[in-house]
Amino acid sequence: MTRSVARRADAGPLTQGAPTVRVARPRTRASRRAWVGAAYAAPTAFMVGAFFVVPLGLVVWMSLHAWPLLGVPALNAPDNYSGLGSNDLLRGAVTFTVKYTVIITVLLFLLSFGLALMVQHRRRGVGFLRTAFFLPAAVGFASASLLFLGMLNDEIGPFGGLHRGYVSWTSGSPDLALGSSVVLVLWRFAGFNMLILLTGLQAIPLEVYEAARIDGAGRWQLFRRITVPLMRPTIALVLTLMITGSLLAFDQFWILTRGGPDNSTTSLVMVIYREAFIKLDLGSAAAISVVLLVVLVVVNVVQLGVLRRRSH
Amino acid sequence: MISASRTLALAVVAALGLSACGTSAATSSTAAADDGTTLTIWTRAATETVSKAYADAYNAGHKNKVKVTAYPNEEYPAKLASAAGAKALPDMFASDVVFAPQYASQGLWLDITARLGGSAVKDKVAPAHVRNATWKGKNYAIPHTIDMSVMLYNKDLFTKAGLDPDKPPTTLTQFADDARAVNKLGGDVHGTYFGGNCGGCNVFTMWPSVWAGGGSVMSDDGTTSTINSPQMAAVFALYRKLYEEGVAAPASKDEAGPTWLDALQSGKIGIAPGPAVWLGLIESKATFKLGVAPISGIDGGESTFVGGDVLGISATSKHADQAWDFLSWTMSDEAQVEVIAKNKGVPTRTDLAANKYSSADPRLVEINNLMAKGKTPYAANFNATYNDPQSPWITTFRGAFFGDATKALSDGATALTASLRQH
Repeated sequence: MTRSVARRADAGPLTQGAPTVRVARPRTRASRRAWVGAAYAAPTAFMVGAFFVVPLGLVVWMSLHAWPLLGVPALNAPDNYSGLGSNDLLRGAVTFTVKYTVIITVLLFLLSFGLALMVQHRRRGVGFLRTAFFLPAAVGFASASLLFLGMLNDEIGPFGGLHRGYVSWTSGSPDLALGSSVVLVLWRFAGFNMLILLTGLQAIPLEVYEAARIDGAGRWQLFRRITVPLMRPTIALVLTLMITGSLLAFDQFWILTRGGPDNSTTSLVMVIYREAFIKLDLGSAAAISVVLLVVLVVVNVVQLGVLRRRSH
Repeated sequence: MISASRTLALAVVAALGLSACGTSAATSSTAAADDGTTLTIWTRAATETVSKAYADAYNAGHKNKVKVTAYPNEEYPAKLASAAGAKALPDMFASDVVFAPQYASQGLWLDITARLGGSAVKDKVAPAHVRNATWKGKNYAIPHTIDMSVMLYNKDLFTKAGLDPDKPPTTLTQFADDARAVNKLGGDVHGTYFGGNCGGCNVFTMWPSVWAGGGSVMSDDGTTSTINSPQMAAVFALYRKLYEEGVAAPASKDEAGPTWLDALQSGKIGIAPGPAVWLGLIESKATFKLGVAPISGIDGGESTFVGGDVLGISATSKHADQAWDFLSWTMSDEAQVEVIAKNKGVPTRTDLAANKYSSADPRLVEINNLMAKGKTPYAANFNATYNDPQSPWITTFRGAFFGDATKALSDGATALTASLRQH
């Protein structure tokens, strides 16, 4: 609070004083400061421009064209978009991706929150548990997927012998394949999300809990009335990360299940990959990407809007 | 297209040692094209060792230096596509022969019609490969490596099961009976094995049975699927029955390619179709004797899928003349005999099927002779239709093997035709 007041006080006289001293000093402090500010921001602005704004514009532009790998693109709008409706694989992938997002968001959130609560307080051995839970996050996701592929293999994996006779955990049936992928994602990401939730938990002042306890609040009441409301911004962040990550799922299915069996675990991004790199139809791939981006923006705006409104 | 395991097969080929014999090669090059340029080639992992063998032999006798870079099989099409989009292709790149029409139609290769037309061996290089690398009457690539599908059988298990190890089946029906006989040995042993979740594997191993029976899988121009033909249905039904009876190992249902070779190498499979290049690889590790036979149709006949890779000059290369010097050298007698045949490979030149190396092993002569009876299917949209894990072909054959076969085949024909025409 004091900081923002100070900053405002600082800025006031400068902006008012600027015109009056212009004659005396052509380069006022204000304009120099503005230039310096712009210079500081320039590297970031350049990076954002070059690696986000320009590619984004290019993708939108691409989605309006028949875009060959080499050669001259030809405008074909809105064919790339209207063609999406007749793409059966895409329809299946949308259903599956939404289903997967719901499953993962619920399970991953419950697990991460549970783990965070478990290691919230300093106790004997808590450091070990925190490290153990977080450790999978240190494994690259593609490597983790390969690790699971090996472990779940009936021939070479340790779980192959668990089941009598032959069973394929990664492509035996749609449920097994999805289940294996979900376990992989939970293992790989629960610790990371636990860490974010843990910082949220530890930011709640202990005095608030003490005051509530003095007022006679039980454990459940503390959780419902203190922890959850004060955690809202952290929960919003974690849910946003989970939902965005799940809607963009690729590695786990690409490596572990190859989208099978029978396309039952084909995610949206896998369809984009297929359009771009297998069918070499860059325009159509760009169109799906644009639609997915719009969906992601809408989901995030709605989600953050709801969570913010509640916290006010 | 076959599987990652082919890499290993070819590694063995290379390990046998590659001699460089340059003097005569140097004379065949024009001085201007052999000016010490460094040429880059991309191949997929499966072809790496053959490409490197060509390159080593060429480098030893030329001023030009050819540098080969390989990428993992499954990621290779994506690598090519992204490099093409960024105009960052190497001087030359190889492609699975069945994907060649797609790259040719996309203009990724330089038109080499005039250069190939001027070559003395134009009509002697694998015609099916040349055809697949042709788009609208123009040639874009030449045959680079050849791999064919054959029946591989375990002679030891044949003997144990009371079958004559020197009499492989001559019909697919007989193949099924032999597999059943071996399967009766019990224990870990199974009669046969197939890639029940692998598009490339089944294109390679099952289509020859259809061709051998006089049937077809699609129109010659690659735009209409005839997957619901009675011949294809009969082949599917035969394998389906073997799976249901437990004669095909249960893992066949989920085999997506990566462990296909392991299964055949284990010595626990009686007889199964597979790539001919696996012959050397399996034998190098196996404790059992391996037999080779042509793939037959339900009631006889024989055919094969002539696979492998083609090699072309990138449309963006600045060293087209030097690259052609290498390309034309790979088609020479010297390269085909001393690099390919010497390492038990199949020459890309039909006139070199019988050579001093192949005549030492009658099985190699048998494989080389099969080339004339085989086919290389042509479709501009092959990868997305047949090889890709999300291809309609996989949906079709999984239905035919494990689901409602009749519906799968009629739906499949529609879906495959639609996919073939998406170009």
